[in-house]
Amino acid sequence: MRHTRLELWSRGTTFAHRRHPAAKIAVALTFLVCIATLQPSGWRIGVLYFVALTSMAFAARLPVPRLHLAAAVVLPFAGVFALISFLAGTPEKGLAMMVRAWLSAFTTVLLMATTSQPDLLAGLESLHAPRFLVQVMQFLYRYLLVLLEEAGAMRAAAASRAGKLRAREFRRAAAAAGVLFARSWGRAQAIHRAMTARGFDGHIPRFRSLRLTWPDAWFVALLATFAIVARLAIR
Amino acid sequence: MSRIVEVRGLRYAWEDGTEALRGVDFDLEAGQTVALLGANGSGKTTFALHLNGLLKASAGSIQIDTLVLNDKSLPVIRRKVGLVFQDSDNQLFMPTVLEDVAFAPLTAGLTSAQATEKAMAALRQVDMEAKAHKAPWHLSSGEKKRVAIAGILASDPSLLVLDEPTTFLDPPGQRSLAALLADLPQAKILITHDMTFARALTKEAVFFQEGKIAARGPLDEVITRFDWY
Ligand SMILES: Nc1ncnc2c1ncn2[C@@H]1O[C@H](COP(=O)(O)OP(=O)(O)OP(=O)(O)O)[C@@H](O)[C@H]1O
Ligand SMILES: [Mg+2]
Repeated sequence: MRHTRLELWSRGTTFAHRRHPAAKIAVALTFLVCIATLQPSGWRIGVLYFVALTSMAFAARLPVPRLHLAAAVVLPFAGVFALISFLAGTPEKGLAMMVRAWLSAFTTVLLMATTSQPDLLAGLESLHAPRFLVQVMQFLYRYLLVLLEEAGAMRAAAASRAGKLRAREFRRAAAAAGVLFARSWGRAQAIHRAMTARGFDGHIPRFRSLRLTWPDAWFVALLATFAIVARLAIR
Repeated sequence: MSRIVEVRGLRYAWEDGTEALRGVDFDLEAGQTVALLGANGSGKTTFALHLNGLLKASAGSIQIDTLVLNDKSLPVIRRKVGLVFQDSDNQLFMPTVLEDVAFAPLTAGLTSAQATEKAMAALRQVDMEAKAHKAPWHLSSGEKKRVAIAGILASDPSLLVLDEPTTFLDPPGQRSLAALLADLPQAKILITHDMTFARALTKEAVFFQEGKIAARGPLDEVITRFDWY
């Protein structure tokens, strides 16, 4: 499953993996802002970002094509808007939107593939993100996985009875969505119980203590400068 | 011997009105092991969830190791009572086995080094040291169960409550789990439908019926009396 792979990748030990999560979040945010403000005429910057992000993925010894593919999940959504722009007679706007969506997704996937979930949350905490937000995120993450698992299990159960099952038929079963929600709710409750039983108090402890180091500072300075300078310099 | 569990007149109704517990009295001495038998829906799991305060009784009292269960004693009692849930997938939630087992000690305020040491010791007890750096979801059911137990042992509990621990385990897995549990000195409450497993670990049983304890006595007598084989 996809999340399993992300988790596996995030446990690497390369230079990028070892950076302080707050440093990685800062770099990712800088890239995200630069990407979000790209104009249709700025496609060259888009290419540059693409090359830069891809090189980073290579440097972190990640399976780059699969990362590209994982980022492509946003394309169908962006595609709808692109189509609207296209029909409205501004195809370049639509294209820019696709590029921005894909680059943003790739940045996010890259962050997640180099930072384990507890580290990511610890990073957000050390950046003083609101505590409730961090908590909501950690539950969302755990429960999203539950939702995926339950959906997978129900799909398998349905397929085993229906012989062969096309995705379309499964989706048509509106009732299944309700059951999925109820089942996931039950699972989520069970997980929360199990966590509480072991003393969970709204805070997931992290294992390694995190400290900002000089390499972290350089990492942020260089990459953020690169993103911003590229964004401002190239027309 | 000191008394590890003392439950009096415990009652509980679920939100939908189901009266799951209708006055349960239950005692257990330190180091003792008892099997909790009873039909599906008789209230065994609901009872277990009360023992470390996951559910709040509508009436009755619970004492763990002479400590009355209330909001103040809750954190201490959660450390004393280790609950092993039926489905290990719900119990293991950290990215690696070691992190998962270290969760309780870290939450209790130990340093990373101390927590690692505790976690490794617990993993050694269940013979899972070699898998410390694996992702929990890549383990077999038997291994997951062992890790879940290690996660409990890491907070030095004095009582283990295991809810149908043999579910998902193959016969050799069930036997080795029984051997593992037999070696642990803690008092144990075993909720199980598996009489072979129960016999391997205790000679005493409690029988749940419609939210009450209908009988307590020698395991074989209880089994015969309720046709429970
Ligand atoms: N979350 C819930 N909401 C409402 N009712 C519940 C809930 N969980 C359990 N019950 C009800 O409480 C009663 C006792 O259930 P419990 O799970 O404690 O039984 P059990 O003895 O553990 O059964 P089993 O052997 O099947 O695990 C049952 O009637 C059940 O339907
Ligand atoms: Mg049960």
